Amino acid sequence: MRVGVDVGGTNTDAVLMEGEKVVAWTKCPTSPEVSVGVAAAIDAVIGKAGIERQSISSVMVGTTHFTNALVERNGLDRVGVLRLASPSGEALPPMTDWPADLASAVGDAVFLLPGGYEVDGREIAPLDEGKIREAARDLRRKRISAVAIASVFAPLNAGMENRAAAILKEEHPDASITLSSAIGRIGLIERENAAILNAALTTLAGRIVVSFESALRDLGIAAPLYITQNDGTLISAARAAAYPVTTIGSGPTNSMRGAAFLTGCRDAIVMDVGGTTTDIGVLTSGFPRESSIAVDIGGVRTNFRMPDVLALGFGGGTRVHLDPALYRSNRLDESSLRIGPDSVGYRITEEAMIFGGGVLTASDVAVAAGQARFGDPARLPSFSPAALACILTRFRRMLEEGIDRMKTSREGATVLAVGGGSFLIPEPLTGASRIIRAPHAHVANAVGAAIAQVGWQVEQVVNYDSVPRATVMERLRAEARSRVIAAGGDPATVEVVDVEEIFLSYLSGRTAQVRVRAVADLGSGFAQAEVRGEATSGVIDAH
Amino acid sequence: MRIDRVGLADLARGAAFLGSGGGGDPHYGRLLAQAEVARHGPIEVVALDSLPDDALVAPCGWIGAPTVSAEKLPNGREAAAGLRRLERLEGRKIDAVMPIEIGGGNGLAPMIAAAQLGLAVVDADGMGRAFPESQMAIFNIRGLSACPAILTAASGSTILIEGSDNLAHERIARGVAVAMGGIAHMVEYPLTGAQARENAIRGSISAAIRIGAAIREARSGREDPFGALFDALRGSGLYGHAGELFDGKIVDLERETRAGFSVGRVIVEGFGGGEQLELLFQNENLIARRAGQVCAMVPDIITIMDRETADTITTEKLKYGQRVKVIGAAAPRLLREARALAVVGPAAFGFTESYRPVEALNGWERD
Repeated sequence: MRVGVDVGGTNTDAVLMEGEKVVAWTKCPTSPEVSVGVAAAIDAVIGKAGIERQSISSVMVGTTHFTNALVERNGLDRVGVLRLASPSGEALPPMTDWPADLASAVGDAVFLLPGGYEVDGREIAPLDEGKIREAARDLRRKRISAVAIASVFAPLNAGMENRAAAILKEEHPDASITLSSAIGRIGLIERENAAILNAALTTLAGRIVVSFESALRDLGIAAPLYITQNDGTLISAARAAAYPVTTIGSGPTNSMRGAAFLTGCRDAIVMDVGGTTTDIGVLTSGFPRESSIAVDIGGVRTNFRMPDVLALGFGGGTRVHLDPALYRSNRLDESSLRIGPDSVGYRITEEAMIFGGGVLTASDVAVAAGQARFGDPARLPSFSPAALACILTRFRRMLEEGIDRMKTSREGATVLAVGGGSFLIPEPLTGASRIIRAPHAHVANAVGAAIAQVGWQVEQVVNYDSVPRATVMERLRAEARSRVIAAGGDPATVEVVDVEEIFLSYLSGRTAQVRVRAVADLGSGFAQAEVRGEATSGVIDAH
Repeated sequence: MRIDRVGLADLARGAAFLGSGGGGDPHYGRLLAQAEVARHGPIEVVALDSLPDDALVAPCGWIGAPTVSAEKLPNGREAAAGLRRLERLEGRKIDAVMPIEIGGGNGLAPMIAAAQLGLAVVDADGMGRAFPESQMAIFNIRGLSACPAILTAASGSTILIEGSDNLAHERIARGVAVAMGGIAHMVEYPLTGAQARENAIRGSISAAIRIGAAIREARSGREDPFGALFDALRGSGLYGHAGELFDGKIVDLERETRAGFSVGRVIVEGFGGGEQLELLFQNENLIARRAGQVCAMVPDIITIMDRETADTITTEKLKYGQRVKVIGAAAPRLLREARALAVVGPAAFGFTESYRPVEALNGWERD
């Protein structure tokens, strides 16, 4: 049996799953020390199911903790940056466009060193081992042990980054090194930014992962721990400690993947209504549609594969601003009513009227209108049907506009309603051909974590004039599949889920950058295998 | 006029619009220019008419693959090395630089050398928008020579191209850029002050800055950025007519690479359903047909923008499902002369329709 946990800003949700069945679930408040809430949630589902701890085969956790640290500039390490690109790139040193407060938290130990590759695989300049040793000794003297290394076209050839890391380690054995090739794609500045952010999270990530592991140990669970990544696949706890930045967008991904699993729908719009926001995302072939624009994390531009999510300021705890004198009005003026964007958040169980508080929230209105049944309806003031209808119409319009902004065709979309506040989604809804509310949809995010898969991405620059396109594609698909199986995927479930082809215009011939991504369910040998979600790459016959 | 950090951001936003879907994302060009301005101070922009007849003016730009330029960034000394080489060749100092192409990333290209060398930038360019090839510059159209031209790699290597055939120059330069790693800096079409005054697209830098500033100010004042964009274009004196060609969602997108160009077709559908706009592109957007009728054609500017933010979406960033406005703007007058249309008009890109101005096609003449 597997345990899936999703740590959100308000709640920590957990589910216990056996095969495709949800055996038990829980929602606990998120604790300031996240591992305490995680332990409580896991303990609760085990208790509810009444099972032996030894029967748990794996624990998967999705957490927003690292994102919050970057946004709040909290607990970050100073970072040494080695860029292997000179003489190219010197005009734009690392962290050029960063917010000043984040740049100063991370420090200015930057080294512009010879190296990097051309798009055709030649070296821009040979690696200068002496200069790398010098930089390593300098960092060691400054007691900076978090290091980011980025070389030009590293996604196509990681050779120089690997070599530089080995030399650095010889001079500075305590260094924790992030290689850009392990986490990013084409786009030097964005990939280097991601590597630096990752390095800045080194100490924090190590501490969090250790705290999760000791929480599991204290619970008497010997099963391996995995962390979910932005793309819905898993990495081992050890690898998450080394590459925390790859996990920061996993929340919406888990909720969408969980929704797809619970409903069996692979193409749909997912509306995840929480306490403060509604996240609207799009599933295509069972996976979240990715954002096409540069993803900004803590004010820094990166090029992560992140789900394309529209966040509306509307959730169960959203405040409904309306003069109590108008609650019984028969003709409510639109301008006297405002919905949010403020929310009572996790204080809903004290502040909402149905719980005896004095704040009118979206949940109170839903209960008053009979859309939901919880809390104590007797504590609600009385509303005129016109006032209720007016408020509900505004709720409806916000959601309908959100669907319209995300959907890609004129036809109505299937909408999967998930999250603790999904009772706020009315039926029918313009833009939705049907709305599916699956059992356990309120913990879809934890289900998404529990069913997360193993993934692998292969990325290469190819010239179709020297190798036929069909041959290249077949070779890359085969490599992606075998890599996933080697990483612990169940061979029976391996699937190529994404093929992306970017033509390099203005280069001679038909040169393209091709990415192939394959995923698989966890195989039985998974517990022993090191899960690696990174890309492999190279250049095929480019000139 | 002086351009500072904010001015560069405005220029980048305006240049992206004038790219007509091409020219590459000016993001890195802006970062590079801002870094130089932080080191050396603001950049002086001078009017064409302030140039003496015998001034030496050097148009600058980058040639190569935009995808490569996102990975292999400039060293920062390429432009200065190329300009110095030209000075040695001509036996005299350069008086001013200009962008060979205002549209896209190249609109920012001369700013780096201008800041480093303390050179003035002329408020003009060689295309008035973006075009895929060097010989589409107004200077070739008007019979001036591209050579001597100098390409510089990030390593500092330079190549001098001499000759009288501008088409051969374009082919050689393209090949050299590939050999230099897929991206190179190029100084070409060196001009006298008199030649620049007579032939360059006048006022395009200040127009781009005006466009970018209008969008920025409208956004921060929570006003309609498109209304501000149209006002800025009409008031620029260069792009006299502008308006919305279509508002909708991208429902189909096809693209392929032909002879190194990104060629494709995008369909935008109105939100009520029904009416569609079809747009054909070859790096730049070339022709738009609304409900089957041509509503804008090259060399007029056709730019797809995010309908909420008015951010330009270049052809390589187009995606299925994007909600966009398609904007048309009149090309500068010099590009609409018969000799220009022969090189940059619809026929030059293989269309059979003869050119009709965007304002005539959309009833904007009286705007």
